[in-house]
Amino acid sequence: MPQATLAKALVGFGLVALPMTSAAAGLGEKIAQQGNGKGAAACQTCHGADGSGNGASGYPRLAGMNADYMVKQLKDLAGDSRQNAIMKPMASALTAEERQAVADYYAGMEPPKKAPNAEGDAKQIAAGKKIAQDGLWRKGVPACTSCHGPGGQGVGASFPGLAGQHANYITNQISDWQADKRANDPNQLMDVVAERLTEEEAAAAAAYFASLPAASQD
Amino acid sequence: MIESIRKMRNQTRRVGAGLLLAAVGLAPAAVLAEDNLKAQKELKQAPDVGEAGYHKYPSVEDIPDDQFGAAVRRGMKAFNQTRQVAGEYVGNGQNCSNCHLGKGMAPNSAPLWAAWGVYPKYRGKNDHVNTMDERIRGCFTYSMNAKGSEKGHPPKPDSQILKDMQAYMFWSAQGAPIGESIPGRGYREVPMPDKGYSVSRGEKIYEEQCAICHGDDGSGKYAEDGKQIFPALWGEKAYNWGAGMHRVNTAAAFIKYNMPLGKANPVEKHAALSDQEAWDVSAFINSHERPQDPRWEGSKKATADNWHTHECLYNSEVRGHVLGEGSGN
Repeated sequence: MPQATLAKALVGFGLVALPMTSAAAGLGEKIAQQGNGKGAAACQTCHGADGSGNGASGYPRLAGMNADYMVKQLKDLAGDSRQNAIMKPMASALTAEERQAVADYYAGMEPPKKAPNAEGDAKQIAAGKKIAQDGLWRKGVPACTSCHGPGGQGVGASFPGLAGQHANYITNQISDWQADKRANDPNQLMDVVAERLTEEEAAAAAAYFASLPAASQD
Repeated sequence: MIESIRKMRNQTRRVGAGLLLAAVGLAPAAVLAEDNLKAQKELKQAPDVGEAGYHKYPSVEDIPDDQFGAAVRRGMKAFNQTRQVAGEYVGNGQNCSNCHLGKGMAPNSAPLWAAWGVYPKYRGKNDHVNTMDERIRGCFTYSMNAKGSEKGHPPKPDSQILKDMQAYMFWSAQGAPIGESIPGRGYREVPMPDKGYSVSRGEKIYEEQCAICHGDDGSGKYAEDGKQIFPALWGEKAYNWGAGMHRVNTAAAFIKYNMPLGKANPVEKHAALSDQEAWDVSAFINSHERPQDPRWEGSKKATADNWHTHECLYNSEVRGHVLGEGSGN
């Protein structure tokens, strides 16, 4: 059962176990499906009824992502540290309680079984796998998996899952860091790494992660 | 909390063996133990990298498809997944690549290709000339806490795992000069800052720069299947009290150009922390218990007198506790 797993996982990672009241769970679902009537459209319009996102448009998979990570992103999207024209009005229209509710709702959702880039370019994926697992140490870029977890499944609230995330979305984030449109990473850890990646390298690593099925973040 | 602020102590050496020889008349004529020790110079700090750049280690794709190549691959795997490949000799939660970044290939991160050519080498630590085989066993003994492992000791001399790791090291060093301290060797020394080092200043830096990965309690992060995500820095999964990394100057030198991971860049000699911050956070990390020094002499004081006459906090009182109890195994 996703919610119990999530609560257990949050405690397991030393994070506060949030009381998952049925009211809160209901609120998240309601906003995801109907919006909050105050400027936040239904999340599923773009992120899909199953939370799987939309690769072509660059809308990320939300299903199975870490709740605390998503809460922080919503907060930052409403502010200045993560600039996104589409998400800003949505995130700004959510109250703190509503942010938590939708984050919990999506965190508790099973991610899709099929990887977005399961049938992608094998050569690019192989190149990306090398970058993801070995890094680019000739220029001092650590392996993505050093922080994002051995399978890219994410580590707690600070290092989001990359496995099973849309390649487009991932490369957009790298670009945003390079362009200073995204600056909400803890301690600038991603900013510094993103600056060192070429477009080709970012695309390859993203293609690799997108070729892996998502793991629900625990 | 009690501050520990010190200035550099003079490094002393063990003269016991030399004096014993002198006492039984076996010392070479007119050469006293102290003279021998003074004559034994430590390797010079590696020079700055010049136009030529660092040693160009080969690519993994170029490992040949023969017995030698197979040994290189095994050695590389042992280096990066030590707990999986050589777990019976690992008494904590570390992999070699935790302190030798980039699979042991990153300059200024104690790269293997720079160490290979300067061995066999005298080491003050054990006061004799070490082969690389013995040097790696030393890493197992201290950094990997072999005493706490399933086998209870490091790999035996000339065992397969040591051959494989040496194959990897040699392979990476091909083309590098023999007998020279080359650019990128070891960690870049960070001179003791004016304000010495402070555990309490270091605690703040740790919270801001390190805890996100290494945990508030320094225990790192490990997956459910035991796979390491972020290594422990203190406590039972960390390097023991005999490891070089427990020395405040050594850890400061590692941290300066290697940490936080990704933010500092050893390849570009780019630091994220100031010298002062590196020393302070090193002191904080090394002000916690870790597995016991395998050279334990029956008491903290005896162990400290014999083996810890350098810049470290072993047998010092910090936060009301005298360090050196050991932890876990």
